[in-house]
Parts: sequence; structure tokens; C-alpha cells
Amino acid sequence: MGLTSKSTGSSIFNENLDSLQKSSDLVIALAGNPNVGKSTIFNALTGLNQHTGNWPGKTVSNAFGISNYKNNKLLFVDIPGTYSLLSNSEEEKIAREYICSGNPNITIVVVDSTNLERCLNLVFQIKEITSNIIVCVNLLDEAQKKGIKINLKKLSNLLGTPVVGTIARKKKTLNNLLDEIIFNSKINNYKNKNNKTISQKKLDNLLSKTSDEKYIINNINKSASICKEVCTYKKENYNSFDRKIDKILTSKLTGIPIMLLFLSLIFWLTIIGSNYPSQILFIFFKYIQEKILIFLSFVHSPEWITNMLIFGIYQTVSWIVSVMLPPMAIFFPLFTFLEDLGFLPRFAFNMDGFFNKSGTSGKQMITMCMGFGCNAAGVVGTRIFESKKEKIIAAVTNAFVPCNGRYPFLIALSTIFIGRAINSSVSSLISVLAVICVILLGIFLTLISSKILSRIVFKSDSSPFILELPPYRKPQFFKILIHSIFDRTLFVLLRAIQISIPAGLLIWLFANIKINNLSVLDYMSIFLDPLASIMKLDGYILTAFILGIPANEIVLPILLMCYSGGTSLTNISDYETISQILIQNHWTLITAINVMIFTVLHFPCATTLLSIKKETGSWKWVALSFILPTIFGIIICIIL
Amino acid sequence: MYSLDKLPLNTIGYIKKIYLSGNSRKRLIDLGFIKNTKIKPLYISPSGDPRAYEIRGSIISIRKASAKEIEISNTFLS
Repeated sequence: MGLTSKSTGSSIFNENLDSLQKSSDLVIALAGNPNVGKSTIFNALTGLNQHTGNWPGKTVSNAFGISNYKNNKLLFVDIPGTYSLLSNSEEEKIAREYICSGNPNITIVVVDSTNLERCLNLVFQIKEITSNIIVCVNLLDEAQKKGIKINLKKLSNLLGTPVVGTIARKKKTLNNLLDEIIFNSKINNYKNKNNKTISQKKLDNLLSKTSDEKYIINNINKSASICKEVCTYKKENYNSFDRKIDKILTSKLTGIPIMLLFLSLIFWLTIIGSNYPSQILFIFFKYIQEKILIFLSFVHSPEWITNMLIFGIYQTVSWIVSVMLPPMAIFFPLFTFLEDLGFLPRFAFNMDGFFNKSGTSGKQMITMCMGFGCNAAGVVGTRIFESKKEKIIAAVTNAFVPCNGRYPFLIALSTIFIGRAINSSVSSLISVLAVICVILLGIFLTLISSKILSRIVFKSDSSPFILELPPYRKPQFFKILIHSIFDRTLFVLLRAIQISIPAGLLIWLFANIKINNLSVLDYMSIFLDPLASIMKLDGYILTAFILGIPANEIVLPILLMCYSGGTSLTNISDYETISQILIQNHWTLITAINVMIFTVLHFPCATTLLSIKKETGSWKWVALSFILPTIFGIIICIIL
Repeated sequence: MYSLDKLPLNTIGYIKKIYLSGNSRKRLIDLGFIKNTKIKPLYISPSGDPRAYEIRGSIISIRKASAKEIEISNTFLS
């Protein structure tokens, strides 16, 4: 969901839509309702030849990509999914403006063959702006499963536009679509040269109907009658299977438990599954480190440079990558899988009652779940909110939910101090429960802060909640894997490297610059000690958290480095050693509990802060997102 | 007023009039909530509020506050 370099602050990839438009043979806009499989078609057509980012100056995701077909270079531009073109939402503005002034050669409107009636309203509206339109009737395989048959030829006659049926995973149908595109573009070239003034006039004409309900009502009635003529249903209750699943996912008895079950499963698979790959990465990076050390001594590099490069920068970068990459590579595909199945709207539906009381909506459940993987992803995910107020609240409170980077620390502390304090056969169960408790605290405070923000900062009531529960779809496993990896995981990797290079340098400098025999780290810790003491922590702990702003993953290594007087990040993964170091430094059970609490309740990481700036547009929300969890954390630590 | 929130689960009703205004109204009309449209409440959220309604082949969920403003008739209106 739009986790890209642009959405989180740096523009590594700078492919320009304008220049691509000029260099392509044909430009095709892809429009359609939400949940019609538009992205699947887009991905199938462009493969990895695509670029996801934002519409210039906006926080709405866009994607464009190239398909090379029969010697034609086709540029596909994915327009935001909308139900209509006439309202004031960002998505609809972008959609209608692109179709009008973006000058695509063809606009494809993707419709859902299992839900045709609802989709045609948009087709009529788009027809008013451009005559270069092809209707793509997608998800024909799902329709077939439900015994729905659509007479494509008749539909084409009734609509007055070309119609192509597609199944995103059947290449032949996609080729039909591509053929139709090329064929129609040739016809259109003769008919009307794309004239911006004409398009603008048509758009103005359409917009004048914005307040005209009769226009929309007319569209809806037209859609209904066309569907009656064109669709035949073999089964009376074609949706009964979907309904059965709905009953299980949303019932009073099983709805929420099943939802928690799925989420816990993803959580658990992420933690268990990333252990081994992380170890392998550590070993791999260690191996490379040896080689680099040999090289550096070969070129007689001065000791301080070697130390700075290897023990500062390289170690920090490799640590962050080893710890960050495997969980992301597991969490994102699993989450996308859940998303593509169609489960997420049901989760939002289940939780809306609770979130409504906090002044937001059930959609916050979804961004919170993404935040469990990565808070930055959760913040970018707030694009699903139409209401600006809800979006900001969800973004600012996202860090109350602990991300992947914090689990290892939480689990380690819980196992060492809480599990072992209760020396019995259920000690591992107890440590898991302790972690769950801390997470629940974070969730509880999310609701409280949301309520506070909603009342005090926004002073308004909740916005209306209208959410479609789309049909369930069979996700394409392999495609999800590939796209999650390239779209989100690799991106997070790049971001991690970018941040960890300066972070590693800084940490190394702080650890190694000594004034009067004390390092900068020591001075920081002395300075923070008063505050730390009333929190039942110590100065080094707070120092580690502050230096962990680039990435939560490095808080524990920094802390261990401080305690052992080391000058570089220490990779200690066995709990025995960690336990000894902590206990030697006067850690008690209370210390551990408070550190666990502060791990959940402290300022977001740098990537998240940047994402919040991008998504909300203002530094004041970033400041709020920094202060809010931290204050809660400090107060609770003081009280306990 | 016999409104949508009072329509029992799995009972068919027909939309008579929508008393909402602004963006909510527009969005509902875009989704097909117009006069004489058949609508049937299917589920209620375990958290108590939104209910999910079957309308024109889709399932749309809205809160009680909005459902209260949609007038329903038990029979098709002429």
C-alpha cells in the first residue's frame, strides 16, 4: 500500500510521468471502482516495470508502468479507485483531472463482473468526459464460480463502448485487452485529436451536474436495467458461500476471536520465521566484515578510519538489515494476503463500534495492524481514511502499537526477567503473556489518545462511516510474494540502510569521543539520569532509546554497548550473557517491566516521523506524535 | 419514522427517502441508495454498531446514526 521512497521522504527513484508519457506510444488510464481488481490488472500488465509513488503534491498513491506489446510501448497510469467523479475527495479530483487533462489516449474502466450494477455509474460519468473508453469486465473467473454469465457483446451495444472480458491471471484475456487498446487507439486517432479545450468543457459540463441528484439517479437506474438485460444468474443464491464466511467473521461469538486468531498467527509466524534468516544474515555480514578488514589493513588504512567505517557504520547497517529485513519479508506478504482475501474491511466492520467511541472509525484497526509490522507502513496506510481528522489521529497514534523492531527486545526482557522469575514449566507462557499485556496496554492507550485528540484537538464529532464489504477473492500467492518483496520490503531495506549509515557514524562518534575520560554517551547518560531515576530506569537506558530513533532495532545493542564500555554495537543474542550484563548493571524486575512499557510507549522512529510529515503535511502533528506516547510512557513508569 | 436502523435483520425494505445531506448523502446515492431500492440488513457488528446491508448486489455497512436518517417502506412504492 504505497510504501515508497516518495511517501517516506526521499526520492531515490525519480522516474518522471511526464517524460514517460512523451516517450511512450500510447498512454492508457486505468480507472474503476475500488475492489474491482484494477491493481491486479495493472500488475499483470506491467509486471515489475512499474513505479509506485504519489500524485505530485498529494498523498494519494499512484502507479504507472510500461507494457511492451507487439512493438508498442504502452504506458499504463493507475488512477485512484473511485465510486464516482463528482465529489470533493482527493481521489475523485485526481481521477477526473487526469482523465481530462492528463490526455490519455485511452481510458479503461475496470468493472467487477460479480458486481456489475454498482460499477456502471462511473462508466457513464467517464463517458461524459472522454469518448476514448474501453470497459474491462474483470474477475470473470469469480463470476463463473458464482454462476453469473455476462453477455459482453450486448453490454457493448447498450453502453456504446468496446467491452473486453478479463481474468487477471489468464494472459490470453489480457492480450485481448491490449489488442483492443491498440485497435481503438488507431480509430480514435482518425476521429478526434485529443483536444484539451474540448475535454475541459466536457468536464465542466459533468461537474455542473454535481448537485443534480437526478443525473446520478438516472445513471443508477440505467445501470440496473442494463444489468438485467446482460447478466444471467444460474444460481439463485450465488453469494451464499461469501455470506457464510461473513457470518463467521462478523458474528458476535466468533467474529472478534477469529480476527485475533488471524492476527496472532501472522504475529507468531513473523517472529518464529525471522529467527533463522536473521542468524544467517548476521553470519553473512560477519564474513564480509572479515574480508573488508583484511582489505583495509592491506591498504594501510589508519586505525581510526577502519574503526569508524567497520565498527561504526558497517556494523550498525548490517545489524539493522539483519534484524529488520526477515520480519518485513514475512509480515508484509502475509498481511497483503489477508488484504487481498478481503478480510480487512470485515475487521474494520467488527471494530468500528469501539473506535467510534474514541472519535475515529474501524478503519483505524487496519492501520494499527499494519503498524504491528512497521509503524511507517501503518502511517502510510492511513490513506484509506477519507476524513482528514481520522487520518491524522490514526497516523499520530500509530506508534502506540509496537512494530517488528521492538519485539526482540520485548521478548528478551520478558523471558529473562519475568519468565525466569517464575521458575516453572509455564515460564515461557508467562513471558508471552507479559508481552501480550504490554501490547494490550499500547492498544488501550491508542484508544484513549484517539479520544483525547478527537475531543480536544479536533473538537468535532465523528465523520460518517460508509464501508463496502467486498466479495472475497482468491489471492494470487506468487504475485503477492513478488510484489510485497519489491514494493514494500526492498523499499524498507533501502530506507534502513539510508538511515543506519549516519546513525552508525553518530553512535560510533558518541561512543568513542572521550572528554576527560568519559565518552559522549556517558555524558548523555549523566544528563538523563535524574529523569531516568524517577522512571526507575537509568541514564544509559534513556540514551539508548534516544539513539535508537533511527530504528528501534538498535536500542538493545546500544544499551549493551554502553554497559560493557564497548565502542561498537555488540551483537549478543544469547539471553544468558544479556542477563548477566543487565543484572550487573543493577537491573531488577521493576526495571525490566518499566523498560518494556517504555519500549511500547515512546516516540516513533525516524522513518515513521518522516512518514507522518508526508501524510499529514504539518510538523505539528509530527511533534504531537513524538510527545504523546513519550509522555504516557514517562508517567506510567513514574507511577509504577 | 420507520427508518433503516429499525428494519430487522434479513427483512427486505424499500428506501423511501434519505434525510442526510452533504457528503454522506452524495456517497450513499452514488452507491445506489435511491428511492425504491431494495435493501436488506444482513449483519450487525460484534461491537454493536455498524450494520451491513445488502443493496444492489453489494454489501455496504453504515452506522446507526446514518441509518436513522433513511426512511424505509415495507412495500415497493409507486
